[in-house]
Amino acid sequence: MSASQTHGHAAAHDHHDEHGPAKGIMRWLTTTNHKDIGTLYLVFSLIMFFTGGAMALVIRAELFMPGMQLVDPQFFNTMTTVHALIMVFGAVMPATVGLANWMIPLQIGAPDMALPRMNNFSFWLLVAAFSLLILSLFMPGGGPAAGWTLYPPLVLQTGDAFPLAIFAIHLAGASSIMGAINIIVTIMNLRAPGMTLLKMPLFTWTWLITAYLLIAVMPVFAGAVTMLLTDHFFGTTFFAAAGGGDPVLYQHIFWFFGHPEVYIMILPAFGIVSEIIPTFSRKKLFGYDAMVYATASIAFLSFIVWAHHMFTVGMPLAGQMFFMLSTMLIAVPTGVKVFNWTATMWKGSLTFEPPMLFALAFLFLFTIGGFSGLMMAIAPADFQYHDTYFVVAHFHYVLVPGAVFAIMAAVYYWLPKWTGHLYDMKLANWHFWLSTIFVNLLFFPQHFLGLAGMPRRIPDYSTQFADWNMVSSIGAFGFGLSQLLFVYIIVKCARGGAKASDHVWEGAYNHGLEWTVPSPAPYHTFEDAPVVK
Amino acid sequence: MAHAQTAHDAGKYYIPHGSKWPIVGAVSLFVMMLGAAALLNGVNVAPFIFWAGFASVLFMFYGWFGTVIGESQAGMYNAGVDKSFRMGMMWFIFSEVMFFAAFFGALYYARNLSVPWLGGEGAKYLSNLFLWQDFEPTWPTNGPAAVGGAFETIPAFGLPAINTAILLTSGVTITIAHHALQAGNRGLLKIFLGLTFLLGFFFVYLQATEYAHAYHELNLTLGSGIYGSTFFMLTGFHGLHVTIGAIMLVVIWLRVMKGHFTPKHHFAFEAVAWYWHFVDVVWLGLFIFVYWL
Ligand code: HEM
Ligand SMILES: [Cu+2]
Repeated sequence: MSASQTHGHAAAHDHHDEHGPAKGIMRWLTTTNHKDIGTLYLVFSLIMFFTGGAMALVIRAELFMPGMQLVDPQFFNTMTTVHALIMVFGAVMPATVGLANWMIPLQIGAPDMALPRMNNFSFWLLVAAFSLLILSLFMPGGGPAAGWTLYPPLVLQTGDAFPLAIFAIHLAGASSIMGAINIIVTIMNLRAPGMTLLKMPLFTWTWLITAYLLIAVMPVFAGAVTMLLTDHFFGTTFFAAAGGGDPVLYQHIFWFFGHPEVYIMILPAFGIVSEIIPTFSRKKLFGYDAMVYATASIAFLSFIVWAHHMFTVGMPLAGQMFFMLSTMLIAVPTGVKVFNWTATMWKGSLTFEPPMLFALAFLFLFTIGGFSGLMMAIAPADFQYHDTYFVVAHFHYVLVPGAVFAIMAAVYYWLPKWTGHLYDMKLANWHFWLSTIFVNLLFFPQHFLGLAGMPRRIPDYSTQFADWNMVSSIGAFGFGLSQLLFVYIIVKCARGGAKASDHVWEGAYNHGLEWTVPSPAPYHTFEDAPVVK
Repeated sequence: MAHAQTAHDAGKYYIPHGSKWPIVGAVSLFVMMLGAAALLNGVNVAPFIFWAGFASVLFMFYGWFGTVIGESQAGMYNAGVDKSFRMGMMWFIFSEVMFFAAFFGALYYARNLSVPWLGGEGAKYLSNLFLWQDFEPTWPTNGPAAVGGAFETIPAFGLPAINTAILLTSGVTITIAHHALQAGNRGLLKIFLGLTFLLGFFFVYLQATEYAHAYHELNLTLGSGIYGSTFFMLTGFHGLHVTIGAIMLVVIWLRVMKGHFTPKHHFAFEAVAWYWHFVDVVWLGLFIFVYWL
């Protein structure tokens, strides 16, 4: 793929003031620029990552030893609940949206996102949502504490925090839907001439499919929490058997949203890894078309597997069989992806810069999470695993060394393009190794705990679980502290450093239009569409 | 490029620069939702917070759409921008469809699965025996505890059928209005667009009388078990959407009166028409699954 650009940025000089960023705080409040908004999302996500991370450390501190040490059980439950809500909706999703904002227009040769004002709205609505959620922590009766899945009837016992948490979800959902619409419209309408769908970089592709998932399931989640709200305040009985409803109905609606939601977090990560591995293997991605179709099939299948989260609720046998088999089917397209990434490296000329290290760790560690997922997909086996630490180990393997590592890989990959500077590679290597060692120390022992029967969402445990819990907590603090390095590296890189070239990475030639614009990418790019041959 | 580029180079995709409306909107929604939460928690000052937020949300809509309309009238939107708006509206409507799907799904689940299970169907014999022994799983139901007391339902072929006719007619009138707009027949356009929103408001009025009837004479309320829950939430959200749609139609009508839109350029008209058809289709689903079957 090559691009000829007639005169993009050179022309930027004789534009009048409307074309530069506004000054001061107003720039960030009123911006419609996809790069500004991408930055806002990424910074927001980082702040949320540390907020949710601090909560995780409260949990791990309490679990360091058996017995009740630091917090009371109600607050412990609040921490698990809000930690998860923040990580899912405040850290991982906004990070990938931020990357989408920055990179999709650059990858497809678009002048900006298609609906720039709505883009700004999506971001600030997210801030509004999380302000409500954080506020809910200080309400009489404590913060939401029924788990991030908000199952009734337990969640209906929440105190004054309840409506705040529900409305936070409404606003975050509206933000996501608008963000998704923007991404779809940008990709479908603003691709440069010659950028056909099957020439699009995979990060853009995976985001396109993710955006469809978002539009399809966020409204369903909004519906589910609205029913919770009316059950709590207006006397409806959607989830109360006395009135003919059923608490299990909530679980069905929630997981109809919830399972696609996990793919919303992981598909963009797949896209990122599919960008990075070819660059540092100095080869083309193996099986590009197959990657696109595999992503689409995963997305499709993600709508018909939801009840694998509910094997123990007393579903009819036919239901269990169906959801078991459909879930296992997802392993097929996922296997295609893992195979293709591996095949891309085959006989490549590999180097191991920080983005590649994180992508490789993703490949191995995400796959561990994928395998434990397959184990739980076996309905009769899941009767044992359900609600134990095995589940916690599983979803953290796919989320932390999975989604979060991919996001970090993306930051290390594109940071020089954003700032114009190379970052401190040595420190970044340190960040990588510390994170990778500690993340395994943190989550691998949780497999053992779960198999031995330790339940999740408890502040205290039997002494037989003491050893591995201590190891896990040490891993948690190590991992948390290592992330301070990440911030330091980013801040340092934003402030200065060796000048990055336009293509930044030796292997980045011929890998997407983003490498054809200068580093740092000018405030406006592709005002005249490049022609892709 | 030597010539200074104006904000709207005719052929170019228009990118607005800096706008205060989104941040006004985000802050207003924050205040409004905070007020709503406080209202539900019984806080004294809550109504003030809520209404202040609500008013600023309206202000935001007024300002934001005002800006967009101004830009559109100034010819700043090329075919590409038009297409973006179209796609955006389509996917927005799709997201609304999924919102209603959640409630239709709940209705389906209750009628075909959970209520029969409460009655002991399938493998659920024991739960019926031990928990809800005398429960007869029929529909409509307010559950084994008869939550909200005995109630009657609204027959489909009374007011609901009339309402169906009204909405379907409004679907026809808006199509006539659209054809009139394309043919440049502004007189006909004004009449039929006006008729459309009048029918819409009439529908809402009839729904309101139906609700009053349900609450006062039939003892059918939001608290009437799962039947009342699904009935009022589905028809209620639909009624809300009809109201919003009718208000949008009024705005479009006012714009027509001001001379906006041309036979070729009238995206806003079409967007609202799509929305109106969507509301129409949802109603057909309601009529069949909530009132009739
Ligand atoms: C610094 C890294 C992290 C640590 C140390 C950590 C730790 C924990 C702990 C201790 C729990 C509670 C388990 C229990 O008792 O049930 C938990 C729950 C959870 N975490 Fe994390 N976590 C981290 C990162 C993440 C990330 C990045 C995500 C999502 C993207 C995430 C998603 C969740 C979810 C969904 C739950 C379940 C909450 C619930 O039971 O309702 N975590 N985490
Ligand atoms: Cu799942």
